[in-house]
Amino acid sequence: MSIGFLLDSKDSAVVWRGPRKTAIIKQFVEDVAWGELDYLVIDTPPGTSDEHITVCESLAKYNPDGAVIVTTPQNVSIADVRKEITFCKKIGLPILGVVENMSGFVCPHCAECTNIFSTGGGEAMAKELDIPFIGRIPIDPLIGSACEAGKSFIEANKASSSLDALRNFAANYPQPSHATLESSTDKMSE
Amino acid sequence: MAPAPEHCPGTESEQAGKADACQGCPNQQICATAPKGPDPDLPQIKERLSSIKHKILVLSGKGGVGKSTFSSQLSFALAEMNRQVGLLDIDICGPSIPKITGVEGESLHESNLGWEPVYSPAYDNLAIMSIGFLLKDPDEAVIWRGPKKNGLIKQFLRDVYWDQLDFLVVDTPPGTSDEHLSITQYLKAGGIDGAVVVTTPQEVALLDVRKEINFCKKVGIPVLGVVENMAGFVCPNCRGETRIFAPTTGGAAKMCQEMNVPLLGSIPLDPLIARSCDEGKSYLQQAPQSPTTQALKAVFEKIVAAVEKTQI
Repeated sequence: MSIGFLLDSKDSAVVWRGPRKTAIIKQFVEDVAWGELDYLVIDTPPGTSDEHITVCESLAKYNPDGAVIVTTPQNVSIADVRKEITFCKKIGLPILGVVENMSGFVCPHCAECTNIFSTGGGEAMAKELDIPFIGRIPIDPLIGSACEAGKSFIEANKASSSLDALRNFAANYPQPSHATLESSTDKMSE
Repeated sequence: MAPAPEHCPGTESEQAGKADACQGCPNQQICATAPKGPDPDLPQIKERLSSIKHKILVLSGKGGVGKSTFSSQLSFALAEMNRQVGLLDIDICGPSIPKITGVEGESLHESNLGWEPVYSPAYDNLAIMSIGFLLKDPDEAVIWRGPKKNGLIKQFLRDVYWDQLDFLVVDTPPGTSDEHLSITQYLKAGGIDGAVVVTTPQEVALLDVRKEINFCKKVGIPVLGVVENMAGFVCPNCRGETRIFAPTTGGAAKMCQEMNVPLLGSIPLDPLIARSCDEGKSYLQQAPQSPTTQALKAVFEKIVAAVEKTQI
């Protein structure tokens, strides 16, 4: 579900102030007929404003598992992400872990790794703030290509290790209580 | 979904929040209770802006494309060109400008002239303002809804004593929401020279940036042009080139053609940019000969020429 599906044209700007954004987010939480779901993943814009406050308040009674915090390694990003972590703590949202994205680029021509956006900042922050570190994701042009094509990177690049951090996170995530042992084993071996 | 009321009287109107058409609109309560009539702060804002020759907004539909990096490097470059520059950071939730410009940890001072901006240690002709200077703890989250953010943006424009400026560069958060509407509304009185829209080459970014350009057209902000950031990487080891963020739909060049806006330039990735920003230094000074610096300088010169209406 996305507001993208509600726009007349994909180029239409959604020029809304906070209250209207709040209203649609409440509708997304309360009025979408998801049916039975094992997981609901919520993508958010950057910041700690209307969208974040509203989605947390609306979800509170449904006991959200928590937040995954995504950062890039450099200090400028870490500085903002620390605020996001403060937000989670203040609003009582558990933090499932930190992902350090765009962490290093391995040149496809010579295999030299360049830390375009520095490296290690996310891991260091997680350690300092005593938050689980989910892992690093390198800059891999194929990830971007998969997004551009609307495809699953892992599905399209089974041999790649770029998203191993996320693969492991998903594989080790506590299974929902209503799943049978057999079906969850099938999913983990896919 | 609740669309805007079909016969919305307009948020500034006397009927705002009270007209029949307002029933059911999420903004109704705010419109009904907001004070009507001319904003008493507007004359003071106009006064403050009257000593500023050129105002440039740096926008993007998308987060993480390098707006703050671009805003700060543009400001450093303008200062280097001996212009009087102000850099206003209106990203209330994620104020990166103090760190990137080397003034992290500074606090706001007030004088009888108003809020004093913080001056760059490297350039005494570069003045900076950000909510960052109002926070006691750098990890403090600013958990504000739209109206409170708008209030601070208004204060920035009403209370900051910029003195005479050649350029005011405004760094914005991604999107087309409260901050963007407010800054447009308040700056319009004095005239906005234009917006520079920053993107990266891939369609996932361009999708959002087209919306941003349409926002500019909708609210009447001239688009000075688009900057395509992170356009390719040259390996320092083997000089091999990689298009990390592939322009699967023709990149910014095609988008600019389709939307009839200028492409100001394409800037390649350089790890030294991230490091310069982390250290609060001017990248142009750190790497004066790099291809990225050359590309950035060409963009900056185009912006200055367009705004000061001179030939390059």
